[in-house]
Amino acid sequence: MNTVHMKINGKPVEIEAGSNILAAAKKANVNIPTLCYHPDLPAWAACGLCVVKQENSPKLLRACAAPVQENLSIITHDAELYQIRKTVIEMILSTHPNDCLMCARNGTCELQRFAAEFGVREQPYEVRLVDLPKDTSTTSIVLDPSKCIKCGRCVQVCQDMQGVFALEFIGRGDHTVVSPAADLPLNDSPCIKCGQCSAHCPVGAIYEKDEIGDFVRAVSNPELHVVTQIAPAVRVALGESFNLPAGTITTGKIYSALRRLGVAKVFDTNFSADLTIMEEGSELVKRLTTGKGAIPQITSCCPAWTDYMEKYYPDMIPNFSTAKSPMMMQGAITKTYYAEKANVDPATIYSVAIMPCTAKKYEIGRDDNMHASGFKDVDLVLTTREFARLIKASGIDFLTLEDEKADSPIGEYAGAGTIFGNTGGVMEAALRTAYNLMTGEDLKNVEIDAVRGMEGVRTGEVDIKGTTLKVAVAHGMANVSTLLEEVREAKANGDEPPYHFIEVMACRGGCVSGGGQPYATTDEVRAQRIAGLYTDDEQSEVRCSHQNPEIKQIYADYLGAPLSEKSHHLLHTTYTERPLYKH
Amino acid sequence: MSAKKKENMFSRELISFIEKWRNKPGNLIMILHQVQEEFGYVSREAADQVAYMLDIPLAKIYGVLSFYHFFKTTKPGDHNIQVCLGTACYLKGGDMLVEELGSLLGIGLNEVTEDGRFSLEGVRCVGCCGLAPVLTVGKEVFGKVTKDQLPGIISKFS
Repeated sequence: MNTVHMKINGKPVEIEAGSNILAAAKKANVNIPTLCYHPDLPAWAACGLCVVKQENSPKLLRACAAPVQENLSIITHDAELYQIRKTVIEMILSTHPNDCLMCARNGTCELQRFAAEFGVREQPYEVRLVDLPKDTSTTSIVLDPSKCIKCGRCVQVCQDMQGVFALEFIGRGDHTVVSPAADLPLNDSPCIKCGQCSAHCPVGAIYEKDEIGDFVRAVSNPELHVVTQIAPAVRVALGESFNLPAGTITTGKIYSALRRLGVAKVFDTNFSADLTIMEEGSELVKRLTTGKGAIPQITSCCPAWTDYMEKYYPDMIPNFSTAKSPMMMQGAITKTYYAEKANVDPATIYSVAIMPCTAKKYEIGRDDNMHASGFKDVDLVLTTREFARLIKASGIDFLTLEDEKADSPIGEYAGAGTIFGNTGGVMEAALRTAYNLMTGEDLKNVEIDAVRGMEGVRTGEVDIKGTTLKVAVAHGMANVSTLLEEVREAKANGDEPPYHFIEVMACRGGCVSGGGQPYATTDEVRAQRIAGLYTDDEQSEVRCSHQNPEIKQIYADYLGAPLSEKSHHLLHTTYTERPLYKH
Repeated sequence: MSAKKKENMFSRELISFIEKWRNKPGNLIMILHQVQEEFGYVSREAADQVAYMLDIPLAKIYGVLSFYHFFKTTKPGDHNIQVCLGTACYLKGGDMLVEELGSLLGIGLNEVTEDGRFSLEGVRCVGCCGLAPVLTVGKEVFGKVTKDQLPGIISKFS
């Protein structure tokens, strides 16, 4: 490692070359305030809050964008810098509404935090607010241009991290807004509802559509039988909202909290993750062994990815697994299999999913396939952030709750189901079961290191008793293009497909850092949440989906076999090409 | 990246201009200039066409279109009246010309008359401050304009 030696406020620091001054300051136990900077994104020095002084130089540097240098000596805090930073905050506040008490980011806003820390008590500048309506066109996120501080994080996320290009800076100077092209509403743009913009926005300019009210009304309606499911990634992130370290597994407390909220049955999306593996794994084996169906098979459980594929890569529709996402499978069997077993009228079931994801709010109304039970298979999606607020507002002392268990018959899960929440997890879970389907035996070591890790694109080969399966994993939507271009090229040249199976998740790290997860997600937090899921897997008695007793039961009692007619009707779906812009 | 177009709405000249500029730096601005030259503005359809031909996201194109004052995304009148509001013209009463033209034509700034004949725009410095206040109609320049000359100028183009 190439290192440089420098000083932060006189304290020597040794740091990797190429780092920025923010990182050097961190090493010297100093926090420099930032608003536009985010560790996921390239620095672009827009807000000016992170200015620092270089000793013996009149120049102010932006700590986010200035690289470290040998012998550099930096002053991060003094009376002048304090005043400059306070002025920057006051100037941002002069174009920002001060209705904090009614803001979606009240208590989690980064600007509010700095205004508090710097003790802003008056408004020395002329106030010039943006008077533009909110964009509520999508079912997932709300854009409020009046709150935007033009830091540009959302634009960078949308374009560079996700490759979606729904958002752009439109206009110039005072009149700049972040919006889709041609004054279109977000829902008519290429937006895939991944919500990464909302997860990165430092203020209340982009946030998840809050639907807590619908939940509260449903549980207080005696006519309704409210049934819930929780996604894998929620259990290792929710704790952060209650000051637990990232990655803490809180599954048992979540079940308990849901019962206290008045829910009739607590099920788990992990069960249907196992079900997805049965269907998707069987589909893969069928494609490989019968030659019917396109290779590579591509995973379809991420609704943001599905939306992206339908808009940007519709030629890949034949490659998409027809298996629905675990959430939608769970919804469909809740109102059929469970309703039948429990003798509950499915018309009275209100099915709620707690998800790490804003796109899931869109997915439940994608098309008619989401009504496979004859009813709306999932009635409501709450993100992890909404769920945390709901628990707090309901007076539940989350940290002291006793761990409880999920309800039968669709609540039990194998370790394979829980790792669906992180990049590489769906692949690993599928391989565990595909091995069994292809060989009739179980893997001795179920942990498949080839598909684990955080690189944006990972490829590997897995040996299934002499058959080599070429697999690839991509996460962070912009990373998928390298893989898909390879597939396209091979197809165009009439070559063998470069891969047999590809897993894609729209968000970096997978669902653990979905657009609806607690704020302040960084790679460090991602790693902790992912470690939490792998721990949950390790601690599971059963590691493979096909060994889950409730999975065996649903096939024996109801579905028959994977890919059966009933399975197809309830658990599989179709895809259609969609225009990038609706108008 | 963008939706495919079945028919290209651009003239052969414009298409070959785009081909020529395709891989050069600064190509988008040059191409959008040329599109505006051909149509008088850059319509949504034209922007879609450029997006498709250059494989550039539409959002990027609108980022540029909305940044530069020069680009228009709505159709101007047959005769676009541009009143200079640069420093010299402004001091010499450019804003008064805008006001008077507005009441004569029954439109405000950046609007088009109902019959589509005239549109009114304020611009910054057209480069002949010695003639302040200046206005242009299409490619014709009028200098040292007074309010009472305006009906005559309008009727010249009616």
